[in-house]
Amino acid sequence: MKGPENIRSRAVSFFTEIGEISYFALRFFREVFRPPFEFRELIRQCYNIGNRSLLLVCVTGFILGLVFTLQSRPTLMEFGAESWMPSMVSISIVREIGPVIIALICAGRIGSGIGAELGSMRVTEQIDAMEVSGTNPFKYLVVTRIVATTLMLPLLIVIGDTVALLGSAMVENLKGAVSYQLYFNEVFDALKYSDIVPATIKSFFFGFAIGLVGCYKGYYCSKGTVGVGEASNAAVVYTSMLLFVIDFIAVFVTDIFFEVQ
Amino acid sequence: MKEDRSIAPVLELRALKKSFGDNHVLKGFDLQLHEGEILVVMGKSGSGKSVMIKCLVGLMQADAGVIRIKGYNITELGQTELDILRTEIGFLFQGSALYDSMTVRENLEFPLRHHKEKLRITETNEQLVLEALENVGLAEAIDLMPAELSGGMKRRVALARALILKPRIILYDEPTTGLDPITSKEIIHLMRNIQKKYKTSALIITHDVDCARVIADRIILLVDGVNYIEGTYQELIRSDDPKVQAFFKT
Repeated sequence: MKGPENIRSRAVSFFTEIGEISYFALRFFREVFRPPFEFRELIRQCYNIGNRSLLLVCVTGFILGLVFTLQSRPTLMEFGAESWMPSMVSISIVREIGPVIIALICAGRIGSGIGAELGSMRVTEQIDAMEVSGTNPFKYLVVTRIVATTLMLPLLIVIGDTVALLGSAMVENLKGAVSYQLYFNEVFDALKYSDIVPATIKSFFFGFAIGLVGCYKGYYCSKGTVGVGEASNAAVVYTSMLLFVIDFIAVFVTDIFFEVQ
Repeated sequence: MKEDRSIAPVLELRALKKSFGDNHVLKGFDLQLHEGEILVVMGKSGSGKSVMIKCLVGLMQADAGVIRIKGYNITELGQTELDILRTEIGFLFQGSALYDSMTVRENLEFPLRHHKEKLRITETNEQLVLEALENVGLAEAIDLMPAELSGGMKRRVALARALILKPRIILYDEPTTGLDPITSKEIIHLMRNIQKKYKTSALIITHDVDCARVIADRIILLVDGVNYIEGTYQELIRSDDPKVQAFFKT
C-alpha cells in the first residue's frame, strides 16, 4: 500500500504545482498590461539579466562552436564532405543546439538568481513590506523580471549563436584553411528563414519559462534560509525540464508549419 | 461598508479566528485602537501576535472575524482600495525588512512612488526623506546600504520608512526584539516622540515588559488565542491571576 500511496501523493503534488504555476502565469498576464508600469525597474532588470549573463553566454557559445566543429570534422573528412561543415554547423547551432544550451546556461545563471533573490526577500519580509506600503510587489518584482527574461533571452541566444559560429569558423580557418568570408558566405547560403524564425520564437518562450519558474519558486519561498536554497535549486531543475518540453513542442509545431510546405 | 467614523475606533478586530491545520492560533480575538492611543498586545512567543497583526494589514487571510481600519472592513475592499488604505498605516517589521538592494534614500522613496500625488503631499522626495531621517536621528546615513547599518540603525531607518507617508496609525511588530537594552530604550523613546509629534495611534505587539511599561496607554494580554486580560500596566501588575503574574513578574 505504501508504494501506490506514495505515487498518488507525488502525482497530486505534481499536478497541484502545475496548477499553481499556471495560476501564477495567468496573474502575470493580468498584471502586465495594467498600469502603473514599472519601466525603471524593467530597464534595471534587463541590464542585470542581459549584461551580466553576456560573458558566460559568449564563452559557452565560443567553446560550443569550437568543440562541435573539431569533433565533427574527422567524420565529415572521412566522407569527403568537409565543405558541408559551415552549413551543418550553422543549421545545428541556430536551430537547436544554440538556443537549448544557452537557455540551459541561463536557467542556471538567471533562474537560480531570481529564485534566490525573491526567496530571500520573502523570508526577510521585504515582499510583505512592499505590500503594506501600498505597492504591488507582484508587479514590481515578478512582472519586471519575467518581461526582462522574455526580452533578453532571444538577444543572448542570437549573440551566443554568432559567437559559436565564430568559434567554428576559427577551427575551419586554422585546420582547413577556409577563409572567414567563405565560411560565413556558406553559413548565410545554408540558413533559411524557416531555420531562424522558429528558433527565435522558441527563445522568447525559453526566456518566459526561466523568468516564470524562477519568480514562482522565489515568490512563494518558505522555511527560512533552507527554503531560499531549495527555491534556487528547484528553479533550475524545473526550468531545465520545462525548457525540454517547450523545445519538443516547438520542434513539433515547426515541423507542421515549415517542413510540410 | 462605512461606520460612523466620529465615534468608531481607528482600528478594530472582532472575533478574529485563524488556524493552521489543527493549530488554532486565534480563537476569537477582539481589539479596539482609539485615536491617539498606544495599545500594546503582549503574549508569549507563538501566541499568535504576529499572525494577528498580519491579518490586520491583509498580509494573511483570517478564517473568520471582522477587521475594520478607519471604519472600512478590509475584507470587503478591492486591491486598489486596500492599497490606498494601507498608506494610512505605517508598519515596522520585526526584522526591519529594509530592501537590501536599495540605499537608505531609495528605501524611503519607495512608498512615495505611486502614492505621493494621491495623498496630495506637496514636499519634494528629498524633503520628505530628510524629514523622516531627521525624526529618527539618522540623516547622515542617507546614502548607505542596509548592509552597512547596525541592527539599531536598521530599525530606525525602517521606522523612518514607516513614517514617510505620514500615516495615522503605526503598527510595530516586536520593535525591540534582537536589540541590546540601550538601543531598545532608544527605540522606545523614539516611538514615544513620534507619537507625540504626529499624534498617531499605535499598536505594538511585543513580549518586552519594559517596552510595555514605558509606552503603553493600555495593554491586552493574548493567551490561548483570546484576550485574556486588558488594562493599564499598573492594573495588570496588581493582578492576582497566576498567568498574568507569570508574565509580568519574571
